Amino acid sequence: MTLMNKNRTSGRTVGGLRTLSLQAPAVTLLLLWMIVPLAMTIWFSFQRYNLLMPGMTGFAGVENYEYLLTDPALWSAMGTTLLLVGWVLVITVVGGTLLAVLFQQEFLGRGIARVLAISPFFVMPTVSALVWKNMMMHPANGVLAWLAESLGLPALDWFSSLPLTSIIIIVSWQWLPFALLILLTAMQSLDDDQVEAARMDGAGPLAIFFYITLPHLKRAISVVVMIEMIFLLTIFAEIFVTTSGGPGLATTNLAYLIYIRALLDFDVGTASAGGVIAIILANIVAIFLVRMVAKNLEQ
Amino acid sequence: MATLNLHQVTKSFGDTHVIKGVDLVVKDQEFVVFVGPSGCGKSTLLRMIAGLESTSGGDIVIDDQRVNELGPAERGLAMVFQSYALYPHMTVEDNMGFSLKLAGVSQQERRQKVLEAAKILQLEPLLERKPKALSGGQRQRVAIGRAIVRNPSIFLFDEPLSNLDAALRVQMRIELARLHEELKATMIYVTHDQIEAMTMADKIVVLQGGVVEQVGSPMELYHHPRNRFVAGFIGSPKMNFLKVEARSSDAQGVTVTVPGGESVKVPVEGDAITAGQALELGIRPEHLMLDDQGPLAARVSVIERLGGQTSLYVEMDGELLTLMVDGDVGHRVGDRIRFGFAPSRAHLFDEQGLALAGLERHPLASLTRQDNRAASTADA
Amino acid sequence: MTTSPSTASAIRSAPAAAERGAAAQRAQRWRKLGITLLGWGVALTIFFPIFWMILTGFKTEAEAIADPSLIFTPTLDSYVEVQERADYIKFAWNSVVVSFGSTLLALLIAIPSAYAMAFLPTKRTKGTLLWMLSTKMLPSVGVLVPIYLLFRDIGLLDTRLGLTIVYTLMNLPIVVWMLYTFFKDLPKDILEAGRMDGAGTLQEVWYLLLPLTLPGIASTGLLSVILSWNEAFWSLNLTTSQAAPLTAYIASFSSPEGLFWAKLSAASTMAIAPILIFGWLTQKQMVRGLTFGAVK
Repeated sequence: MTLMNKNRTSGRTVGGLRTLSLQAPAVTLLLLWMIVPLAMTIWFSFQRYNLLMPGMTGFAGVENYEYLLTDPALWSAMGTTLLLVGWVLVITVVGGTLLAVLFQQEFLGRGIARVLAISPFFVMPTVSALVWKNMMMHPANGVLAWLAESLGLPALDWFSSLPLTSIIIIVSWQWLPFALLILLTAMQSLDDDQVEAARMDGAGPLAIFFYITLPHLKRAISVVVMIEMIFLLTIFAEIFVTTSGGPGLATTNLAYLIYIRALLDFDVGTASAGGVIAIILANIVAIFLVRMVAKNLEQ
Repeated sequence: MATLNLHQVTKSFGDTHVIKGVDLVVKDQEFVVFVGPSGCGKSTLLRMIAGLESTSGGDIVIDDQRVNELGPAERGLAMVFQSYALYPHMTVEDNMGFSLKLAGVSQQERRQKVLEAAKILQLEPLLERKPKALSGGQRQRVAIGRAIVRNPSIFLFDEPLSNLDAALRVQMRIELARLHEELKATMIYVTHDQIEAMTMADKIVVLQGGVVEQVGSPMELYHHPRNRFVAGFIGSPKMNFLKVEARSSDAQGVTVTVPGGESVKVPVEGDAITAGQALELGIRPEHLMLDDQGPLAARVSVIERLGGQTSLYVEMDGELLTLMVDGDVGHRVGDRIRFGFAPSRAHLFDEQGLALAGLERHPLASLTRQDNRAASTADA
Repeated sequence: MTTSPSTASAIRSAPAAAERGAAAQRAQRWRKLGITLLGWGVALTIFFPIFWMILTGFKTEAEAIADPSLIFTPTLDSYVEVQERADYIKFAWNSVVVSFGSTLLALLIAIPSAYAMAFLPTKRTKGTLLWMLSTKMLPSVGVLVPIYLLFRDIGLLDTRLGLTIVYTLMNLPIVVWMLYTFFKDLPKDILEAGRMDGAGTLQEVWYLLLPLTLPGIASTGLLSVILSWNEAFWSLNLTTSQAAPLTAYIASFSSPEGLFWAKLSAASTMAIAPILIFGWLTQKQMVRGLTFGAVK
């Protein structure tokens, strides 16, 4: 009996140790990457620390948090973050699915068309923001303004009248190809037999799409949602280049708000408090959404 | 020389006990088949012998050496997987020579050994191909070849034929038997198919729920099943079971009342049997005979004609019984038939499902495949 | 001569059926044409901003802000001027070193980790994976200040090594996760067969795991390269001149050149050209990798 128990425990420990040692580098690095700045951020968040006022330092207690939490900018920034993430997700997933169906069809030059359609994914966010801001959406000389004028419509000053919508359009343009790429890949793995069986059962194209294709894409959609969420929650460059968070706070998301506080106001204390709040929010989102998505991924 | 001994081997995953104390002796050059329904633990047991699964308790001994703590490669065994598990990115030759490569064998020697194995399995023309370009049967042979190249003390087979079509399965069965003879190796073979067990084994191990139900030669299991489970599992079609009542017992056997009221005396030991005790009568379909004077009567509900033989399915006491009869009988569905059996062919099981020991041992019960071979050489 | 009514009607309906068939064929052709037009229309619309940017780079500044026009005399003036202002090659080389370096490093660290998660899972494996992914949701801005101060103190500011480290850590969670999905899809039997053949962990990884999951590893690496190449936040904040990659290069043109679209376009085109071509060349590979892993 003793022998038996010893075997079992030793066997487990060896396996466990092996797992641990193999994972150690990645886990340790990420822990450091997370914890060191986090600890410093938390430390700063309780300090009076403004780079413009070098003399005024010391313990601030919850002052920074109080200042931030009573700041209406924080709540507006949270709302903006959610709107931005939500809309881009909806647009890219729905659009990506439709485009995937389209590019799944045989047509002349499909390969080249496909490559063109996924190109925006390779363009750096700063460049795409610049291109959209200057050449597409410019109220006087932009292509969209010219199009509107040729149709006899008044030109739109996108970034002052529809600032958030403009950002959503730009970000969606960047991420639509990603959704297309993943969903198209997933669609190619759909079993032809299933589609044929459905056709034998009298399903039309729409029924096939809703009852066969869409359920098959569930996992891929989860992947798209998860990866996009990770990147969209911290969107920065697009806002930085186009609207700088304005007009007012119309396009200031959480990441940008912290940036304003930290780098424009030089208020390290408040910025750090904002960072802590952002980290808490990120974890809440991580717990709820990622878990929801992860369940889908397990199948 | 390669022998295997299992002493009280157990396996648990947390609180789930998958193998509950297995004892087994596998002799040199023996072909042992583990058989049982899915989930009985036969594959787990094989994987524990292979070293792919850790052992929770007991000892696994190969050639007098306890191997519990040894890794799979150190045990000197080879395994053929159900999925073949060929390395898809390597040619047939590289697949077969991989273990030698890892062991640091020179390329020339490797090639020679691979060629030897390929010759046995007629794989020579395929050596440059990748597994993708092979048929199911060819892949199977490569997987076996990979095992042969290692020159293992014991071959392990995990349901190797279950992915093949029926005709190929029969062919591979014969080929495996031939291989066993040629290599004179010890082999352990896992299957859920009792026909494979019956045709290939020297010794069958019937497993259920992590427990060995019976160990014996195919003929022993067929003629003297230890309990109702083994009786039902071995033999095809399945043995028929009828609820009967014990009437009396004496030195010549136990007399029971069959449905319909008639009495039959079965030649089994009945010392522990009391009158009125509920028993179960087991008769194989091939031992039921049409007989106008027979003790049993029923109406035919389904007929399957195979040509040489015909299966009649009749309903009796709410249970479906099967009769394997001559292919030329002219019965139709709905006919009322009478049938019987030779009492010496019948089995009796008590309430615990244990068989009452037969008074006479079947003459072939101890026959093994090795005896078959001896007989055939004598004939020649 | 007696023809049964049914045969007669069958004969009569034959031409009708043929006509129906022809009609169906015509409809099929129209449908095909429609799809071709739609597919190309959508693709060109999506690609248009990039196309327009490339085009503008070959215009003069005056043409660039004039009404949109496809007809003009291409000129390389903007490219020449842009190159005079900043050495493109230096920035591009920084981008190459940092994105490929960080990708290689991330793969090296992630492979053992993903191996352990896929083949030696424990109760905590799922949790660890989710935690890794959740670290990606922290806004970089939130931890910029401490990282900046830290890098300043150990002299990693404005170095390629510093940026490589940051990008490695930034992409590590996604790399681990993608590799994990690829590894998990590998039939367990094959690795077990390897173990029976005497392969140790290292040999198992080298001879079996890596060759068998190469398409997946490649597509993971490609994604990591693309993400690193395009990252703008850390590169702008942690580099100034020595280690500045192309994102910084483009930023240096964005503010003063806001109104000089031709030059801005020329610079942008140069900044995205390498990764765009890289992406075009490897997109098949990327799709192939994704097919058997994450989204199968």
